[in-house]
Amino acid sequence: MFPLLAENLVVEFQGKHILGPINLKIEKGDLAVILGPNGSGKTSLLKALHGILKLKLGTVRWSCSKTESIGNQMFVFQTPIMLRRSVFENLTYPLLLRKIPTAEANHRATQWLDRIDLRSSMQVPATRISGGEKQKLALARALITEPEMLFLDEPCASLDGKTTFEIESLLQSCLADGTTIMMSTHDIGQAKRLAKNIYFLNKGALESIQSAETFFIKPLSQNASKFIAGDIVE
Amino acid sequence: MINLIKLITITAFLLCANLSFADSIKLAVTTSFNNSGLSDVLLPKIKSDTGLNIKLLVVGTGQALRLGAAGDVDAILVHSKRAEQKFVADGYGSHRREIMYNDFVIIGPRFDPANVSDAKSVVEALTLINKAATPFISRGDDSGTHKMEVKLWDLSDFNPENFGDWYKSVGAGMGASLNISASMGAYTISDRASWLNFKNKSELKILFADDELLFNQYSFIPINPNRHQHVQYKLAEELEKWLTSDTAKSAINSYEIDGQSLFKYNAKQE
Amino acid sequence: MNDLWNGVVQALILIYTFDSDLIEISLRSLQVTLSALVISCIIALPLAAVLTIKRFKFRRFMIALLNALMGLPPVVVGLLVYIVLSRSGPFGVLDLLYTTTAMIIAQTIIITPLITSIAHQSLRELWSEYHDLLISMNTSHKQRIKTLLWDARRALLTASLAGFGRAIGEVGAIMIVGGNIDNATRVLTTAIALETSKGDFALALALGFILILITISLNLGTHWLSKTESEGRW
Repeated sequence: MFPLLAENLVVEFQGKHILGPINLKIEKGDLAVILGPNGSGKTSLLKALHGILKLKLGTVRWSCSKTESIGNQMFVFQTPIMLRRSVFENLTYPLLLRKIPTAEANHRATQWLDRIDLRSSMQVPATRISGGEKQKLALARALITEPEMLFLDEPCASLDGKTTFEIESLLQSCLADGTTIMMSTHDIGQAKRLAKNIYFLNKGALESIQSAETFFIKPLSQNASKFIAGDIVE
Repeated sequence: MINLIKLITITAFLLCANLSFADSIKLAVTTSFNNSGLSDVLLPKIKSDTGLNIKLLVVGTGQALRLGAAGDVDAILVHSKRAEQKFVADGYGSHRREIMYNDFVIIGPRFDPANVSDAKSVVEALTLINKAATPFISRGDDSGTHKMEVKLWDLSDFNPENFGDWYKSVGAGMGASLNISASMGAYTISDRASWLNFKNKSELKILFADDELLFNQYSFIPINPNRHQHVQYKLAEELEKWLTSDTAKSAINSYEIDGQSLFKYNAKQE
Repeated sequence: MNDLWNGVVQALILIYTFDSDLIEISLRSLQVTLSALVISCIIALPLAAVLTIKRFKFRRFMIALLNALMGLPPVVVGLLVYIVLSRSGPFGVLDLLYTTTAMIIAQTIIITPLITSIAHQSLRELWSEYHDLLISMNTSHKQRIKTLLWDARRALLTASLAGFGRAIGEVGAIMIVGGNIDNATRVLTTAIALETSKGDFALALALGFILILITISLNLGTHWLSKTESEGRW
């Protein structure tokens, strides 16, 4: 599947320019973090790379066939979208979609339930669990199909420390298992903890691509410096 | 999922299935025939004597003629001589067989504001009603009763088109018209049989009857098989045979409500 | 008021003595309406789902048309069906007039737009919730329809019950195409019309109370069976 190549990517919405032109390349095994202030276009970039947002210009290309790339990436939304079913049924859903036999689907779902510590709520309607639990569930649901690529849009935006820690641990472990991750955040600490590479986005422009270490020591973009320092970037 | 849909569809159609083993004949009759209660007496007798299962459609004479012309029924039993003769002449009906008659009566409020009960003829009665301009309910539905009413106004030298608000054309069957008359305390013309069987008489009563002109002939007309091949002509013939038999004669003549005989059998033997 | 009381008393007597005529016409009412309901749902629910998720040229027009068709006067439908099924009409050879099948056809035509419209409303809401997730998961149209129909089943049940209510109380259309033939096509509503026209208000009211009783029982029974109002369910 890799590398993922974006060339001259431009996104517009209702006539307004949102993103681009953007060029980037994601290699296998990366944990790429898109960092930037609110409104910089992080969500749009992720959706465009995932393929659920229409491009005005440019291309997004995987190094494999279309069918292979489509079935192997998952997206975790900023506000978790829960199916109006039980926690357990949410987990089995993506597996059943792929016609995986029920017994195996149930088995995998049970394993994941334990991993995210929601075994006791397995029959509870997913719409009724807490925000943090929903986000963990959404992540588990994305990972249960063992995707090669995982996109996350500000996954811990409204979560408490404990849940954030759990989610970050999950991400680290699936990175170790071979999943490539691209996520957005405006939390500098999270970027520091997780990122291998930082993509700094501001007002729709990709201002810098740097490895995590170099980014925090010597950011290439002035706005990035301001951002790291905690100033408001306009 | 597909299988479930198939199952449901099949069940649905089974639910719709109309299984009928006896010989069935569709007969359109007028509301006055049904409301008199005579059909409830005759139909079981017909069933046991001939095995015929009669599907009775109770509609106004106009609709009965229409259904007959369209071939949607196998025979009709109505009471409007001129319309019937035209029906046969136009080729829709094979022939017209008179079966029985009853009479029409003038119904009105007990206190009789127009003094109809003093009239010596139906023409005089209608003239009194017109003069008093008391509320009058007309069937207005092109039925046999309605046609009779219009004929009587005509014989009395009146044109209902020129009547004032007291004349109300309701466009409804006998029962519905009587209901309206009862609640308004209005005059109306009804066939005697329907009136006797009517259960909401309220303040109404018969105020005038027994004029020759109020004579009401019912006839049986099978639908012409040359016009509509599919009609059950043989069964209609069987039904006609029964209706003109002695069994029918005694059943019809002996049918009473409150000790009053309603219909008089007058079929001529051919 | 006397009639009302007589009506109640007669209703109780008819029920208590298991009056055979009453049972016959009640069962026939249910047969006709439930058959029409089943067929309508088979058409309406998938149609509502397709209208929700597929974008095609005349979609908005179709939705507006469906909403308008809800206002179809039943008696007009009856007249049109009569003309079509009449011996002098195009489908006369089928000999369907004055049968319960003709009544089922008429009622199906009357309630399908209603059920489709109501179902579409609910499905539209659900689809806006699920939209991003189901597209991200690369579901096929069929899978989306299945997911929506299943997850919205309680709302769809309400839509069906609305259709049922409309059909069971209908009298104009089935009078024309069924003919209110004793022992063949007489149902509760047409019997009520007949007894009213005969001036027998007490019997008409009795039948009316029984009709109301049947409708309420069915509604309550359905809700109880699907545990719509119990805790923990959405």
